[in-house]
Formats: sequence, structure tokens, C-alpha cells
Amino acid sequence: MNWQVIAPLIFFLIIIFLVGLWSSRKIDTGSSFLQDYFLGGRQLGGFILAMTMIATYGSASSFIGGPGVAYTQGLGWVLLAMSQVVTGYFVLMVLGKKFAITARKYNAVTLIDFLKERYDSKWVVWLSSLSIIIFLFSAMAAQWVGGARLIESLTGLSYLSALFIFAASVMVYVVIGGFRAVAVTDAVQGGIMFMGTMILLVAVIVAGGGIPNIISDLSSENPNLITPFGFDGGLTPLYVSSFWILVGVGVVGLPQVAVRAMSYKNARAMHRAIIIGTIVVGFIMLGMHLIGVFARPILPGIEVGDKVMPMIAMEVLPPWLAGIVLAAPMAAIMSTVDSLLLLVSSAIVKDVYINYIKPDAEESTIKKMSFAVTALLGTLVCIMALSPPDLLIWLNLFSFGGLEAAFIWPVVLGLYWAKGNKYGAVASMITGTASYILFHTFYPNAFGMNTVVLPIALSLASYVTVSLFTEKSASAAAEI
Amino acid sequence: MKKSIKKDPRFKVAEKEAWIGIGLVLFNFIWWYGFAYGLGSAPADEYTFIMGLPAWFFWSCAAGFVVMVILVSAAVKFLFKEVPFEENGEGGESE
Repeated sequence: MNWQVIAPLIFFLIIIFLVGLWSSRKIDTGSSFLQDYFLGGRQLGGFILAMTMIATYGSASSFIGGPGVAYTQGLGWVLLAMSQVVTGYFVLMVLGKKFAITARKYNAVTLIDFLKERYDSKWVVWLSSLSIIIFLFSAMAAQWVGGARLIESLTGLSYLSALFIFAASVMVYVVIGGFRAVAVTDAVQGGIMFMGTMILLVAVIVAGGGIPNIISDLSSENPNLITPFGFDGGLTPLYVSSFWILVGVGVVGLPQVAVRAMSYKNARAMHRAIIIGTIVVGFIMLGMHLIGVFARPILPGIEVGDKVMPMIAMEVLPPWLAGIVLAAPMAAIMSTVDSLLLLVSSAIVKDVYINYIKPDAEESTIKKMSFAVTALLGTLVCIMALSPPDLLIWLNLFSFGGLEAAFIWPVVLGLYWAKGNKYGAVASMITGTASYILFHTFYPNAFGMNTVVLPIALSLASYVTVSLFTEKSASAAAEI
Repeated sequence: MKKSIKKDPRFKVAEKEAWIGIGLVLFNFIWWYGFAYGLGSAPADEYTFIMGLPAWFFWSCAAGFVVMVILVSAAVKFLFKEVPFEENGEGGESE
């Protein structure tokens, strides 16, 4: 064990823990517990909003998986990763003020609340609650495993104790602090992700003898590494472009991201968040993936992609600084997991329990339920992460694209197209998710594009056609 | 439960801004794609370099990112309007 690396990590966990506790103090002063616990009382300012969106979106794959692939593929993979700059401004601009105003009008606390009021349909609520609970629960478990593995590999602790440390440090502040604690810790974690990227990028460039030197090393190893086409020429323009749907514009449909677009205080907060978000997400994506490529001449021959980022940090930085930089992927994982935990809990408490099981539940019951469900979910994920069942791993494969295909049109067209109705929404959710699972299983990367493209097109088609065909039988057009 | 409200003027602002978002994405995509595959499709030994990076990468990814930050900031500063979110006279929440 290397205490110089571990000490900054422990320090980081303590800081997050304290910030989470501190920001949870305000929880019982709000007028409505649910709005406060699951949405931070709609009081987020611009900086925190930008950071919580980026940190929720940026996960283990931005800091561990992505740089690992870039190490193998070269600059072509950095090009692909840059499609994510879009998420910095597109989500907030497109959902934008309309979503913020409508959500307030509907008094919506969750994304499903919004869908419920918009479509006035039990089926929409059930389908969306189920897909959120199932897919995000599995996504969360996968991140949980990733977090524990990272602690395990950095500290040399056993997987079990690593998992315990990770779970304990996340769960306490989420359970007692709710959304505000999640958002404020996300801001700290986002800051660490930004700083970590900057420090490591500079160190890697210096260690490689400057950019021109690194590029010529890469080019003499394999000229394909500095082309947009990948190390073996396999990255076609169509394939790379199709990622604009998966990790660019499609992100609008992710419930954990979309719910943040109803949490901000006012228009000024949103405006600031758009600018800050674009800068931070662009810098992190460009920096982290470049680090992966630049690591190649410095540390050739790494076989396992996931090890590139930890190994290069240990190689080019003094141990204590490596510890600080390696807090960045920890932060990325924690900030994703905490948001997912709260979102799944809100789906159970607010969307299922209060809507359909006990609509007249008292405030104090709701409060106890919220704490209990969040804690229980966390524990359950933890148990699952001990030895993840195959079903969970299988479901996690669909959590990103499947949710995008399910939610993007019911949310976006629900906001902007008055003729969209509940039949269209149900059809689109079923088509989107089912076709995603089918394509993924039987015909992945259909026609040379990422698997998500066709399901999103199909779910658009079914939303529009079904809405138009059932126009007369649907109740009065929505007032949007 | 549903109130019949005529088209909210704030929604006009919102719709305009959503279109701006779509326009920016299109521009972003064209810039990104044009430089990457326009310059990058040449054989690697004919590449030119800017600040050590292959020109296609410099323009598409590094400069493209900076250009987008400038455009997004300009759009927000000059085209986006601040509108109130709360309903007038509804609910006890005020700030």
C-alpha cells in the first residue's frame, strides 16, 4: 500500500462526507418535504446546476473506460468523445425554460410527475417508473462495482472492504441530505474532475517531451493513431458521427439529467449553467481522452484499457499528486451513483407509492418512507454489487441507450408538440426500449451506426404516427 | 384541473431558445465533421501540424471547442431572455 497515494483519497472522501452533511442541514426548513428532498426546492444556482449536470453525466466511462479506448484507438477516439461537448448546452437549451415553467405549473418534482400531468395516463406513469427503477438500478450497481474496484486497485484493500467504504461514504449523505446534498457534493466532485484532468494533462505532456514529440512518437509507431480513423482504420465517419445521438443530443432523454433541468432557481442560473457547463464538459472530455492517447508513447504495452488512467497518473506524478488526480474518477463515479440512488428512490416513493398506493400519506410518513427507501435501495445495491447477478449485468447494457430511446420523445415532443398524446407516448416508450434490446441482441451497430440510432428513430416514428391516428379519441389537446 | 390558458408569451421565448440550441448543434456538427474528415482524410504523411497537433485535430476538436464556447456564450448573452418562472400570485413561494 502506498500511503502517499491513499492519504489524499481518504481526505477526499472525508471532504465529500462533510460537505454532504453540511448541505443536508437545510433539509427540514423547506415548505414541502418532497420538493426539497428530491429536487432541492428548485433553488439551484448556475454553478451548482452546471456541475451537477456534468458530474451526473460524466461517469466511470469518461475517466477510466474512455481514456483506455483512446489509448488503443488514438486521436480518432478523442474526436468521437468530443461529440459530448453538445451535452453542455443542448440539454438546457432544448428542455430549457419551457420545462422549468411547465414543471412549476404542474408542481412536478420528478420527471414522471411531468409525464403524468402532461399525458394524464396511468400507463405512462407505470412504464416510465418501471424502466427508471429497473434500468437505473442496474446502472447504479455497475457503477458501484466500478467504484469499489477502483478503491480496491488503488489501495490494495479487499473488494469487500472497498465496497463498504464506497457505499458508506455515498449513502449517508444521500439518505439524509437528498437532492441538495447530492448537488452540492456533485459541485465539489465536478471541481475535482476538472482539476484532476488539468493536472494530469499537463504532466503527461511534459513527461512525453511536448506535444510535437508525442505526436511524432505515435505516428512512427502507427500512423493511423493520428488519423481520425482509429488504429486499424475501423472508425468510419458514419460510426463516429452516430455517437452524436448516443452521447450528444440523446442525453436529453436521460431521466437523471432531465430532472436537473427542472431544479434551477431562475433564468439567470440556467444561462450561467449553459456557459459553465459547455466549458467544463468540453475541457474534461478533450483532456481525459487526450491523456489516454498521450499515455501511449510514455507507457507502451498496457493490455487492459481500464488500467491506463491509474497507471499513467502513478507514472508521471509524484505519489501525493497522483492521489489527488485519482480522486477524479472516484468523484465521477460517486457523483453518478448518488444521483441515480436518489432518482430511483424518488420513482418508488413519489411516483409509485404516493401516486397509486397511498395518495393521502401524511408528511411525516412520506419523510420516513423517503429516508427508508433510499437507505434500503443503497443497501440492496451494495448486496447486489458483492456478486452482481447476470441479469443485472445484462440490464445495465441497456440502461443508457434504452432509457434515451424510451424518454426522449415523450419528454421533448411532450413539451413542444401539442398533438402528442398518451397513446403516442406509450407506443414510443415500448418501441424505443424493446427495439433497443432487440437490436442490441441481434444486430448491434446496425448499418454501421451506433445501436441507439435506429431505436430512437423508430420511437419517434411511433410517437408521431400513433399520436396522429388517435387524435380524435384522445382528450383535449394539451395546453402547451 | 386543467386551466385553459392562452399561449404563454414566455413559451415563445422558450421555443426560440430551443431552436437556437438545435442550430448550435448543427453548426457544431458541421464544423467538427468538416475539419476532421476534410483535412484528416489525406494520407497521414502529408499532414500539416499546428501546435504539434495534426491540423485536422487542431481545428476540429481543439479550435472547435473554443469556437463553441464563444458561440454558446454569445447566444446566451445576446439572444436569451430572462423570464420569471413562478406563476403570478400562485403558491406561497417567493424569492
